[in-house]
Amino acid sequence: MRLEIQDLRVSYGGIRALKGVSLTVSEGSVVTLIGANGAGKSTALRAISGLLKPDSGRIVYNGEDILGLAAKEIVRRGVVMAPEGRRVFPDMTVRENLLIGAYLRNDKAGVEKDLRYVMELFPRLSERTWQMAGTLSGGEQQMLAVGRALMAKPKLLMMDEPSLGLAPLVVKDIFAIIRRVNQDGITILLIEQNANASLRVADYGYVLETGSIVLEGNGRALLENPSIQEAYLGRRRNRKTEPAKYEVSMNSD
Amino acid sequence: MAKMASKTKQGPGAVVSVALTAALLALMALLLWRMQAGIKDVYIMKITRLCAINITLALAMNLINGFTGIFSLGHAGFMAVGAYATALLTIPASNKAMMFMIAPLVKPLDTLTLPFPAALITGGLLAALAAYLIGMPCLRLRGDYLAIATLGFSEIIRVLIMNAQPLTNGAMGLRSIPANATVAWTYGVALFTIVFMALLTTSSYGRALKAIRDDEIAAESMGVPLFNHKMLSFMLSAFFAGVGGGLLAAYNGTIGQDMFRVTMTYNILMIVVMGGMGSISGSVISAFVVTIGQEWLRFLDGPITVGRFHTDGVVGLRMVVFAALLLIIIVFFRNGLFGTKEATWSGVWRSFGKLRGLGKRGEAA
Repeated sequence: MRLEIQDLRVSYGGIRALKGVSLTVSEGSVVTLIGANGAGKSTALRAISGLLKPDSGRIVYNGEDILGLAAKEIVRRGVVMAPEGRRVFPDMTVRENLLIGAYLRNDKAGVEKDLRYVMELFPRLSERTWQMAGTLSGGEQQMLAVGRALMAKPKLLMMDEPSLGLAPLVVKDIFAIIRRVNQDGITILLIEQNANASLRVADYGYVLETGSIVLEGNGRALLENPSIQEAYLGRRRNRKTEPAKYEVSMNSD
Repeated sequence: MAKMASKTKQGPGAVVSVALTAALLALMALLLWRMQAGIKDVYIMKITRLCAINITLALAMNLINGFTGIFSLGHAGFMAVGAYATALLTIPASNKAMMFMIAPLVKPLDTLTLPFPAALITGGLLAALAAYLIGMPCLRLRGDYLAIATLGFSEIIRVLIMNAQPLTNGAMGLRSIPANATVAWTYGVALFTIVFMALLTTSSYGRALKAIRDDEIAAESMGVPLFNHKMLSFMLSAFFAGVGGGLLAAYNGTIGQDMFRVTMTYNILMIVVMGGMGSISGSVISAFVVTIGQEWLRFLDGPITVGRFHTDGVVGLRMVVFAALLLIIIVFFRNGLFGTKEATWSGVWRSFGKLRGLGKRGEAA
């Protein structure tokens, strides 16, 4: 499994949101794409998922150009997105939400197995199978959104700001889950404003600014990079003497 | 019609629920049978049958508006297609010849008659075809725009009917439609619609429709093909609206393009909104309440004397009551009778328990 994006250009009603983005996600890794609001992170994910049509570029997945395929074809190939802002189905039960994730699958036994896997991953959800998803807390909804995406049996799971608007403790849980899911063999493309947390779990990171990749490198290296520290981690330069406990992450919202 | 999915946490189990539902249905059938035999009042039996037709029509509309979340106002048009098709296919040839005075009826139709069920299904299929043609452009729109566009197409259907003299007899309408809409047919179709909708909405296909209603983008990113599903839901809805329209034609005996104005759509929409968008049992109960209510309130249209105040009758006053009721529902009970939930036996059990609890508390105090 390998996802390669080459020179992706997308515009939204005259505004160029992505101005030639190239990135690679290799099998088994956690790759993160960080950047501020409006940098074009979600646009990139939506383009990969087939939810919007790019102007030009190539999205090559396992040697096949998936650009221009319908969203369902992309899901069928194992590229699944957990959209930004959770977007669970509020008037459906937790169970129904999860089953929608498996909508394109026909293997009943496999679906049941994955249902148990998700319940084991998120014990909070298993206590609430018959509850309407709209009545869950923010953190539970995020877990449901991730669980729903997992039900599609992804090879590549793309997460759009899973930490958005969640309490710090819950964010910690979510990132632990990301690590766990990755260990279970699912490749992850993670989009985050929370640069600190995401670079810590990521093998490789890209920094997106106003539609272009300005920096890339492995997670650790980016975390140490002075310009990243200044722009995304809220640390000023020339203060290397300052102890690490003052490190403040630029949290979303 | 009560139990849909028995996710019982308390109260009767699944088997008991099925038994209770069967008992209710049997009771209902017995009641209808006794009424048919015993009640000589044609008027009461007419209203009883209208209730069943309205159940079919409301459920058809609920599928697209309540379960799929597409605000379509084109139902009168689909009903008109079904009604005209059923009428033209069941009126005996001799009557047709008499009726089409200005221009004779087009060739195969003037002698062609089909059995009532075949005519009903043909009407439904033609309505579904109309929905396909209308849906092609309209279903690409969202929200209010879609509502306006479907409303417009529904009017177009009506105007076409008015002007297609050799096919529809134009503004003179159709008369002497055989009275096939018996209690058995109306309630049979209603029951079939209820069962069909219940099975559909609990299937994985129905889940996908509800997902579209709740969040289109999330549904699409989970691989639900939006347009296909919307189209199929729209066509199924139109099919049942067409069948309902056909029943209405057979029930009325005469039809004209004037019947299928927007008001018809709103009447059905009122049933759906009152019962709860996305609730089958809600629509069923609401169909009875609204249909009977509209007849019962007829006294308001007649002369009224309250003390020294007297009117000779204001036509349409009863509709004012419904308008006010609808306003109250929209303001205070936005989800209607049931919201998206269904009436279940365990729900009945629970509310019964609550009542008992209240009674006990009353005794203690």
